[in-house]
Amino acid sequence: MHNKTIAEISRDLAAGEYSSVEITTELLSRVQQLDSEYNSFITVTAEQALAQARAADERRAAGNAEAWTGIPIAHKDIFCTNGVLTTCGSKMLSNFTAPYDATVIDKFNAAGAVSLGKLNMDEFAMGSSNESSFFGPVANPWDKERVPGGSSGGSAAAVAARLVPGATATDTGGSIRQPAALCGVTGLKPTYGRISRWGMIAYASSLDQAGTITRSAEDAALMLQIMAGFDARDSTCMNQAVPDYSASLNNSIEGMTIGLPAEYFRDDLSADMQQAVRNAIAEYEKMGAKVKEISLPNAHLAIPAYYIIAPAECSANLSRMDGVRFGYRCEDPQDIEDLYKRSRGEGFGGEVKRRIMVGAYALSAGFYDAYYKKAQQVRRLIKNDFAAALQEVDLIAGPVTPTPAFRRGEKTSDPVEMYLEDIFTIALNLAGLPGMSVPCGQVNGLPVGLQLIGNYFDEARLLNAAHQFQQATDWHLQKPADI
Amino acid sequence: MALDQQQVRDIADLARLQLDDNQITEYQKNLSNILDLVDQLSAVDTSAVEPLAHPLDAVQRLRADEVSESNQREHFQQCAPQTENGYYLVPRVVE
Repeated sequence: MHNKTIAEISRDLAAGEYSSVEITTELLSRVQQLDSEYNSFITVTAEQALAQARAADERRAAGNAEAWTGIPIAHKDIFCTNGVLTTCGSKMLSNFTAPYDATVIDKFNAAGAVSLGKLNMDEFAMGSSNESSFFGPVANPWDKERVPGGSSGGSAAAVAARLVPGATATDTGGSIRQPAALCGVTGLKPTYGRISRWGMIAYASSLDQAGTITRSAEDAALMLQIMAGFDARDSTCMNQAVPDYSASLNNSIEGMTIGLPAEYFRDDLSADMQQAVRNAIAEYEKMGAKVKEISLPNAHLAIPAYYIIAPAECSANLSRMDGVRFGYRCEDPQDIEDLYKRSRGEGFGGEVKRRIMVGAYALSAGFYDAYYKKAQQVRRLIKNDFAAALQEVDLIAGPVTPTPAFRRGEKTSDPVEMYLEDIFTIALNLAGLPGMSVPCGQVNGLPVGLQLIGNYFDEARLLNAAHQFQQATDWHLQKPADI
Repeated sequence: MALDQQQVRDIADLARLQLDDNQITEYQKNLSNILDLVDQLSAVDTSAVEPLAHPLDAVQRLRADEVSESNQREHFQQCAPQTENGYYLVPRVVE
């Protein structure tokens, strides 16, 4: 039962093959037996999950079931869940029981989904390896000595290990696509503003976007269908019609034009990685897609621009963590300054402190124009590159990561080396475009992801292209040897 | 760009972060490396480029000035470290 996708579970529940309580019980027992090896969950809400499953089964018995009634998933611990511990992977919020539900959580609850609990992540979503979590690193199910990627490492590992069929996640600079690639699962980062950020703990507000990690594009479409849409409580959420994402999955991609950015197929990308991605492109050509070389001339500026904009926004967002209204407070503060400084100094981990300090510096008097304004100008150049390319092509394709999953501890000594992990993913967030990571091969027995980038609010076409690839190949069905 | 130790302490003060003395050298090194990374931006000519604040260039949406939320003070204060009579307690600020 644990190998079933969301689409299969939905059909099986409707056909009466098993009940929501049965599949929820099986997945909860898998989590209990196996997650000590992966550490993908921070909180397991077994009692609430079973209560939701019973309610779903009753609803079905009464003839009121819908597509999502009784389907078990889990949520990244960045989404506030009413009455449930919500930590964001930090000591700072290690005692924080959220007093309300995020819009994303609200929507899954309203749809009748079952939540098994809250998934591990890099602290405040800052990291590319899930090693910065206060609750410990997450193991990659393909090789437990290796990282699952980050920041949504718990989401990717739990889905790859078949603990849940799907999970919510968030992506500020690659935090859905990179862990999806390293764990051999399917990641979707929608257009900025497609999904409400209400109740999603903010890291960099002009970049953060919720999305999904699943084992197929078909399932990503089902999750996005629930999550997408306007929400007056998020001032940056866009008021755009939500199409039926499943309806276009089977469209032919004959004649679709796919652009390959020269800058993403660089000489320093290993031959094995290049080959895996090029094989995927060849598969698309077989299906009738046309391929075109394109250029994103400012691609090399994406990481430097991001490491001004994201830290600047994080230093402002995380100023609310002050030990006064919620979260961690230091012992025995001597005065208000001491309360602020020790609560924050003790409550935040090293990477979060580094980014807050970079942001505070970039925003400080006299430096604003040289750093923040400059980075926002470069951000427009990066966006313009994509806009020009997307005039010529329907989708852009390339690698997600420079390498497959690396070993724990391999990149922790120098933060800049870790930042370079996101070299192919970060530009998309600066432009606000939607993207996916789709399993497309293996290097040394480890999964490799194909990145697909679409135009604004064109998630349906992305999902269509990813689904067609998954109809023609079986990389998304590959799983770790011991699963 | 290399930061000196005093600059690191000043930034930590600005950000209200207590750092241990024995961590200052490491922060100095790491922050200087990060600033070196972002200094690549200074070489780009952006004189005619409008800064981009919102990826879709959307403007702030406004709503009617009407009460939309009920008072849930007690509910929201349940997660506070210390409260009294509906107020958040902090060390004495005014002597």
